[in-house]
Amino acid sequence: MVKQEQEIASRPDNTAFTQQRLPAWQPMLSAGIVIPGFVLIGLAFIGIGVALFVTSQSITVMELDYTGVERTSPCFRCSDPNVKNCVCQLDFSIASLFKGPVFFYYGLTNYFQNYRRYGVSKDDDQLSGDLDSFTSPSDTCSPYEYDSNNKPIVPCGSVANSMFNDTFKLYQIVNGTKKQVPFDGKGIAWWTDYNVKYRNPSVTPLRDAFNGTVKPLFWPRPAYELDPSDPANNGFINQDFLVWMRRAALPDFRKLYRRITEGDYAQGLPAGNYSLEIAYNYPVLSFDGRKKVVLSNVSWMGGKNEFLGIAYLVIGSLCIVMSIIMLIVYAKFKFPEEE
Amino acid sequence: MTWRSPLALLRDALRGQRAREKELRNLVSNLPYEGLEKGKQPNRHFPGNAIKTTKYTLLLFIPMNLFEQFHRLANIYFVGLAILNFVPVVNAFQPEVALIPICIIMALTALKDAWEDFRRYQSDRKLNNTPCLIYSRKEKQFMERRWKDVRVGDFVKVFCNEIVPADLLLLHTSDPNGVCHIETANLDGETNLKQRRAMSGLCISDPEFKPESFDSLVVCERPNNNLNHFKCYAEKPDKEKVGAGIESLLLRGCTVRNTDTAVGFVVYAGHETKSMLNNNGPRYKRSKLERKLNIDVIFCVILLFAMCLVGSLGHFVWLQKQPGVPPYLVADSNGHLDSPGLSAFYMFFTMIILLQVLIPISLYVSIELVKIGQIFFIANDIDLYDEETDSRVQCKALNITEDLGQIEYIFSDKTGTLTENKMVFRRCSIMGTEYAHKENGNPLHCAILFKQNELMQHLSLLFIVILHVFIYMHIQPAPVAVLILDYNPPDTLPNLAKMSGSLRRFITSWQRKPKRNRIFSEDSVIEEDHFNPPVKTEGSGAISGLQTCSLHAPSQDGKPATTSDNLSYEAESPDEAALVYAAKAYGFTLMGRTPNSVTVSLPSGKELVFEVLDTLAFDSVRKRMSILVRHPITKEYVLYSKGADYAIMELLEHLCGKQKSIAADTQRHLDCYAREGLRTLCFTKKVVSEKEYESWSVNRQRALAAMENREELTMDTAVQLETNLSLLGATGIEDRLQEGVPDTIVALREAGIQVWVLTGDKPETAVNIGYACRLLEEEDLVINMSCKNTLACTSILDCALEEVRRYSNDPRNVDTTPDISLVIDGRTLTMALSSDLQERFVDLAKHCRTVLCCRVTPLQKSRVVKVVREKLKVMTLAIGDGANDVNMIQAADIGIGISGQEGMQAVMASDFAISHFKHLKKLLLVHGHWCYTRLANMIIYFFYKNVAYVNLLFWYQFFCGFSGTAMIDYWLMIFFNLFFTSVPPIMFGIMDKDISAEMLLGVPELYRMGQGEYNFKTFWISMLDAFYQSLVCFFIPYIAYRDSDIDVFTFGTPLNTISLFTILLHLSIEIKAWTVVHWVIILGSVAIFFIVTLAYSGTCITCNPPSNPYWILQTQMADPMFYLICVITTVVALLGPRMTEGTKKQQHLRKNHFTPGIKSN
Repeated sequence: MVKQEQEIASRPDNTAFTQQRLPAWQPMLSAGIVIPGFVLIGLAFIGIGVALFVTSQSITVMELDYTGVERTSPCFRCSDPNVKNCVCQLDFSIASLFKGPVFFYYGLTNYFQNYRRYGVSKDDDQLSGDLDSFTSPSDTCSPYEYDSNNKPIVPCGSVANSMFNDTFKLYQIVNGTKKQVPFDGKGIAWWTDYNVKYRNPSVTPLRDAFNGTVKPLFWPRPAYELDPSDPANNGFINQDFLVWMRRAALPDFRKLYRRITEGDYAQGLPAGNYSLEIAYNYPVLSFDGRKKVVLSNVSWMGGKNEFLGIAYLVIGSLCIVMSIIMLIVYAKFKFPEEE
Repeated sequence: MTWRSPLALLRDALRGQRAREKELRNLVSNLPYEGLEKGKQPNRHFPGNAIKTTKYTLLLFIPMNLFEQFHRLANIYFVGLAILNFVPVVNAFQPEVALIPICIIMALTALKDAWEDFRRYQSDRKLNNTPCLIYSRKEKQFMERRWKDVRVGDFVKVFCNEIVPADLLLLHTSDPNGVCHIETANLDGETNLKQRRAMSGLCISDPEFKPESFDSLVVCERPNNNLNHFKCYAEKPDKEKVGAGIESLLLRGCTVRNTDTAVGFVVYAGHETKSMLNNNGPRYKRSKLERKLNIDVIFCVILLFAMCLVGSLGHFVWLQKQPGVPPYLVADSNGHLDSPGLSAFYMFFTMIILLQVLIPISLYVSIELVKIGQIFFIANDIDLYDEETDSRVQCKALNITEDLGQIEYIFSDKTGTLTENKMVFRRCSIMGTEYAHKENGNPLHCAILFKQNELMQHLSLLFIVILHVFIYMHIQPAPVAVLILDYNPPDTLPNLAKMSGSLRRFITSWQRKPKRNRIFSEDSVIEEDHFNPPVKTEGSGAISGLQTCSLHAPSQDGKPATTSDNLSYEAESPDEAALVYAAKAYGFTLMGRTPNSVTVSLPSGKELVFEVLDTLAFDSVRKRMSILVRHPITKEYVLYSKGADYAIMELLEHLCGKQKSIAADTQRHLDCYAREGLRTLCFTKKVVSEKEYESWSVNRQRALAAMENREELTMDTAVQLETNLSLLGATGIEDRLQEGVPDTIVALREAGIQVWVLTGDKPETAVNIGYACRLLEEEDLVINMSCKNTLACTSILDCALEEVRRYSNDPRNVDTTPDISLVIDGRTLTMALSSDLQERFVDLAKHCRTVLCCRVTPLQKSRVVKVVREKLKVMTLAIGDGANDVNMIQAADIGIGISGQEGMQAVMASDFAISHFKHLKKLLLVHGHWCYTRLANMIIYFFYKNVAYVNLLFWYQFFCGFSGTAMIDYWLMIFFNLFFTSVPPIMFGIMDKDISAEMLLGVPELYRMGQGEYNFKTFWISMLDAFYQSLVCFFIPYIAYRDSDIDVFTFGTPLNTISLFTILLHLSIEIKAWTVVHWVIILGSVAIFFIVTLAYSGTCITCNPPSNPYWILQTQMADPMFYLICVITTVVALLGPRMTEGTKKQQHLRKNHFTPGIKSN
């Protein structure tokens, strides 16, 4: 009997798993599955493509370049780096109602916010309101860590230092008089940035927290005075600052500046002549960049994007074409073989 | 312990070192020094018996394990990169984070090593603490101690069924003859018993054994690992020397059997014991695939460098093009910017760090895991399980599973591999007359236990005696009575008249069936069986003693007469057992065998006791063995010899008249037997005069006592005596083909594998077996090569080559020419393998469908394998079951041992051990194919996966000034490779089934088709595929997000997601059969990706500066564009090449009417 038990001892388990006989499904790409599958995918894609394309077509975009490198440009005067506090005016007209809500972006080209050393040059702890990091910023911020007097820079680092500082005012010209278009600067940054990621130190007044620190070298004003009009919009939770700190993925980018949602312009910008007043501060010649203002309305799919719709349409059509070709091939070669 | 000066300690240590290194060691008993401090112990220089097989110690584990792991080049590479990342000017990530992947990989490996080492530690501790008995002078008795307390010079007592703790020189046993039996299964896997003999006269053992009386100096050689060799002598105080060899040594790890107690003197302890010296651990073979893989890794390195160079040059150009100092260029702390050239130089290294994953870090670990899984499935295959012996297939080499799918040449042993090696006595020729023996009764094979033991040589010689008796008592009457009336038997025994019952039956039955001329009646044997139903003896100690040696059995049982039918025999070679059983079937039963006597019971019931004077053991030079006995009745000295026909025939006494015709007839019969595939043996006798014996005996003793050249001298004395033999007869023993052999060989051949047979048998036997197992077909052209000198050999080779070429070059003969087979004998083979003829021989062999090499020695076997392997650059497999196949098994790429009848050496040396030849079919055609395609596909997939993923980063460099930015959070990148996409390929490598087992067995051609799966083409195609997919995965989202306000990580998240889907769906297309496991793992990977990424980006606010993925995936997942982009990108990435390739494959399969494994469930 002992012998018997031993005999069973090393006998492998006869289970489906150990014998590699688990029930298996084999994806067989037979014509009966592939052709209808392609047709279905094609139709679905064409449907999505049409929806995307139509939506995209309904979006209006207006781009206004104000770099001022051309002599004819109203901002040519300001593009000289030696000119300080320069204001220029750009006139444009809208032919028909620019449907709202209109988003007002500023755009930069050839600007590499994604440059690696630039991207790491900030101190997240400092930006989340950690006072210790105010006095001794992270060395990732170097060389914008301490100023020449060895005082800590707050907010430190290259990203903050290079913050875009042109400001815009938009006027509609109604009967020869300028009527300012009201801008809505709230909620243009990510909700999580404003509420979670970036925090001001819990010191009131905010100015006290910045004692013993200096403002970034390029900044005209310290962080706690970024928005003189709204005391709550200062420090690290200033919306423009937050928008800038979210580094653009690609060298040609736009960033949201304001939304036009109020007053007479809630429905959009009516047709007419407009004048854009630009406080021209940000130098772009050093990198061959261009500055522009983009007015755009948005849909469920975000900004204007014709590519995706076209891509869906092309792929969808390709699927249909392929299924037709396969059907022909199938009809020609398969049927006699099966007989 | 008293204080001793360091100088004295040093001197002592040096002396110890010298003592250990010396060729000869002098050992004395420890007993007189018992209780003295260590410095006074005479044997203190030799290590104790405690063993330590662990590789590491607790404190030094980490440094030592790291050192071990850094032997692997890939680890150095990754650690080097991680360290490079600490250099501020070139770093691409946060330095600490870059260490994570390599740390995880190395920690996993370290964990595995630690676990293995801990297991070793536990088993060491268990062994070291095993109790044993050591003699103590103080207590005047054997005291219970532990194994680790045993020292060289101690006296250790071992009881029956206990394991020997150290190498003991046997001094005393409970057996009156001073014999002790040991089982060496722990050492070499052989389960038969070996006999050891005590050295006598070294101490007082009457009435009780007294170790105190041991006063000799034991001189033994330096420890070595040869299990079958040991030299030592004991020098008594009176300068008398007593020699001893391996026959007096109990090896550590052996089990004492059939002996109540044994006492030995410890000569080697601990790590110096022969068993520990033999413990080399598993062998490491490197598979062909792994070698190819390394080349591809080098390609990857080249690719990586090229990409880094592009990045570095791109950075240079980009910097050059900047008109000024843009605000995004960050200066160093002095406000100073590096020159473009220097920046580009730094950037090269940054790029290496960024793109390092191009060389798959987890590939090696994954391959190991996959192989473990594959071995699990091979070992668990119930089709490869043998009920009879209760053995599964054993995988001894862990890392060459995929080579099973690459075999092009198989070299097979014949006996025991193709054949069963269960010998059945079929025919014999006696004094020139031929008799046939029909199928033996069951008791003959059922009870034969085939074991090997050199002590059995004595026993095996007995068979000669038995056979002789058998011939005389049985068969002579037949010719006398019926046929050859003029025959005058030269050696008639007085009791010949007392015919046995079976003999009478034989005669009557013979008369009854006159047509069946010269056939021993079946009836006679069967009748006997009825009388004495066979009983298989097993179990009790007493009977097992009987089994092994049949020495004491009858006497121990006390009733020899009644137990004679319970006897079962063990023989060194199955042929001999077959002979003894055949003899028994005719009533001549071997009743007992001691070193000095042979007891045979005759059919009449009478017992004859032959006195054994000497045995001349078998050796491969003489190819025969002899026994010198004294006949109990005639009192003559008779030398009986048995051996291969050619070894015997040339030694016959001067032939004249009748003798000559007998020799001629016998030779004719032998040829006839060989043609039938029987194994042949010749038997002779020689009466030695007393005077001759006396003088020879003196020579013999001198030879045996010689310290040097003992082997040659003893052989010479044997040759001296073995002259002028007179031929008695010959036997033909059938060795039946194993079940399923022809079928397997046909299948292997259809699979495109060349099967060669290398055997020690005669050409006739080999050719016969060749036909029987369908290695040769009737219409084949068989080239027979057998020549005596090199010149002839050269010309034959040239002729054959010419002919073969003519055949194969003639286009008309493509279908009609018969296949060519080559039969070559050992002598010709030696010439053919000489360096000048090698090329021609291999060339000829290439054209042959099969090659049979006959009469080859073990060395020749391995040489054939080596030559074919090296000259033809093919994958070879050698399969065999005996000790003579070990060389060949080790020479081949894969060695397979058959755990059969001829001991375990072949199995011990093999990479895989199976129990039947037929298992080779499934092992190669199914498991080989699977393992190879699985692993090959997995490796290709691994390369593809990493390139496809890393290239996303590379393309991004074109849009970030080649600055080394990663748009994916670094933690997520690590997770991506380590968690999200690591399990599916491993599962794929273990479980995928491209073709079902039934299909693979049914269509062996698939084996050959599967062999080219992994080559440069497939590698580069998958690389191109990876480039295409990465382009799609990058540029579709890029165009979609162009000119928008997307930020870096928000851009990277869809890329990461798309990449995951593309990579997993790519694998899904590769997977040929989806089981539950596949679904769970693929879907689980996707789920884990989302869960981990969501959790990570939901909780990490400032945990990973400067990159910050907070709430990004959540935001993206709330955006419909994310899904739309993911869908279109994935579809475009997978469409195109994958789809067309997939449909092509399908069409191809359909064209060939293969519907891969639909019925796999």
